Amino acid sequence: MEKYIYIALFAPLVGSLVAALFSMQAKTLFTGWFTSFMLAVSMYASLYLLYFVYTTDLTFHANLFDWIVIGNLNIPFGFVVDEVSVVMMCVVTVVSTMVHIHSIGYMEHDIGFNRYFSYLSAFVFSMLVLVMSDNFAVLFIGWEGVGVCSWLLIGFWYHKESATWAANEAFIMNRIGDLGLLLGMFVIYWNIGSLQYEIVFAQISTLENSTLVWIGALLFLGAMGKSAQFPLHTWLADAMEGPTPVSALIHAATMVTAGVYLVVRSNELYTLIPEVGYAIAALGAFVAIFAASMALVNNDMKRIIAYSTLSQLGYMFVAAGLGAYWVALFHLAAHAFFKSVLFLGAGNVMHAMDDELDIRKMGGLHNKMKATSIIMTIASLALAGIFPLAGFFSKDKILEAAFNADALVLWVILWITAGLTAFYSFRLVMKIFFGKQNYSNEEHHPHEAKNFVIAAMIPLAVLAVIAGWFEHSFVEFVTKVLPHWEPEHIKHSTSWILILVTSAVAIFGILVAVFKYKNGGFSNSWENTAIYKLLSNQYFIPRFYEVAISKPYHKFSVWAWKTIEIKLIDASIDGLAHFVNKLGVKARPIQSGNLSSSLRLMALGLITGLIFALVLSVL
Amino acid sequence: MTLNAYLILSTILFCIGLIGVIRRKNVLMLFFSTEIMLNAVNVGFAAISKFHGDLTGQMFAFFIIAVAASEVAIGLGLLILWYKRTGSINLDDIAGMKG
Repeated sequence: MEKYIYIALFAPLVGSLVAALFSMQAKTLFTGWFTSFMLAVSMYASLYLLYFVYTTDLTFHANLFDWIVIGNLNIPFGFVVDEVSVVMMCVVTVVSTMVHIHSIGYMEHDIGFNRYFSYLSAFVFSMLVLVMSDNFAVLFIGWEGVGVCSWLLIGFWYHKESATWAANEAFIMNRIGDLGLLLGMFVIYWNIGSLQYEIVFAQISTLENSTLVWIGALLFLGAMGKSAQFPLHTWLADAMEGPTPVSALIHAATMVTAGVYLVVRSNELYTLIPEVGYAIAALGAFVAIFAASMALVNNDMKRIIAYSTLSQLGYMFVAAGLGAYWVALFHLAAHAFFKSVLFLGAGNVMHAMDDELDIRKMGGLHNKMKATSIIMTIASLALAGIFPLAGFFSKDKILEAAFNADALVLWVILWITAGLTAFYSFRLVMKIFFGKQNYSNEEHHPHEAKNFVIAAMIPLAVLAVIAGWFEHSFVEFVTKVLPHWEPEHIKHSTSWILILVTSAVAIFGILVAVFKYKNGGFSNSWENTAIYKLLSNQYFIPRFYEVAISKPYHKFSVWAWKTIEIKLIDASIDGLAHFVNKLGVKARPIQSGNLSSSLRLMALGLITGLIFALVLSVL
Repeated sequence: MTLNAYLILSTILFCIGLIGVIRRKNVLMLFFSTEIMLNAVNVGFAAISKFHGDLTGQMFAFFIIAVAASEVAIGLGLLILWYKRTGSINLDDIAGMKG
């Protein structure tokens, strides 16, 4: 089985390296298909491993090599394939393969075609290292690897100032979270003396409660950075500067869910500290409604989907925080499918509209791009949580989890968010595909994407529909590793009422959006209200960060440069150099070439040395 | 005679040699001065060797005499060559190493 583990892991790396060889050349279609093929190989190996783990109940360990062995510290470069990581592997490789194929169409005319595929495959490799690792150190390698690839891909069009800015913002924001993760790892090592999941989680219950709270909080700080939770959330919306398939893969389906994966993986830890779990859940619920409210008014197609991603990540953290780990993982998988397909559809629309992102300038595209329209509508239905699509099953379980934990406030927040989600999803669909045409026919000539691009989206769309139907086998499968959770406090009849109430609010949201935007949407006076301005400016948080953090820090840096750097450090180094130089000038006459004066100096030196020796021996 | 007396003699000889090295401008005289210094050290070696009953010092003195002889042979050879070239053995005229 080791063979399959290594094939799944290294096939994307091979693809990436081969594509990298051609990175300085003009587009060669070969790189696109080769990396896609390598991803397909990796997907096949992952699915085979899933099948194997499912049928045999075995967990596989693979030790690539001993990585760090110093004294008591022993960190192997090891991988584990158990029920949780194999699910993640399948989600990652399935979505990546489809995104790779879609990208061949999307990046068709791009000058950096080969470079793009090299980065994208490198990302998948890092992500697989992250999810397959059997210890925190290798997880951290993958964690940083996906961060670097995300940076490379957000700033892929590096000649655009906004793209480089967004890339740096994402990278720097993630640094804050990564510091937390690193400190958490140090505390774990300090107290347990190992970073292997097995050893750590076997001994974690012996630690003091305060230490556990520290570890839990620090690890969650790492998760907050990667999964863009408040207050580190601003980078995700700006990350939409990258190519759209990148947003689909990295900033919707895989990398941003790494934080959820970390919390799910550390479930033994978070089970012991329910108060931290509850804080995570509360933050998740807050982010869910906070991001959803920003998605309501935004007019940038990709940003709306990005806020939606943020909101859904909030849902996942609610489930994970309340101890329903398999629910979080379930929503993660379902979300990966429908959100990636939404982004890919947005990419098709962008192509058709010559990179237009403003949904106010679209409308009526349904007739011109039927396939994209249908797929995106299905994905939006799944996102809204309509029976029997994937989102219905997973989101419903999260609401049940909140209700079950007697966290009525959380439940109400999530319930409202479900309505908002349905509303903004269909606002997007209506504004793009239906309603009045808001562009002139001379300006744009929308056309459907190529057939293979649509074909790459269909498997994801199908998964977005059917993923929920496998709930029972999924639960049975992952609860072999994750703690079992069931809404035991809720009666059967109550759970039915909950399902009905949740579906009702989702359908209500959809209907409001459909009817409102069929008839031209809201009046313009709404755009002048204070609340609209607050929402469309993202609660003024980016501006607050700029005024309160970036600008003072810039001022401080300038001051440090002018005062400390130039006046202190530079001046002292220069002074030292000048002093030595002057000394040299002064000492130059000694080298007169006259032997008798040299001899005298020699004698002088000898005598001085003797006197020194005498004085030292007396002392 | 005590050991100190020999050592004082050795020191005086060494100082005379040193002053010669410093003061003299004639390279030939410089050679004489260095010979005096070397032999001042030899006196010290021989005296200490005798008073401590250890032959190593006297052996070392012989070595020094041998080395000094060969050094003088080479040095004088170079000096003759130098004189043939420049017609002077004044120390102040030799300044090829001026920096």
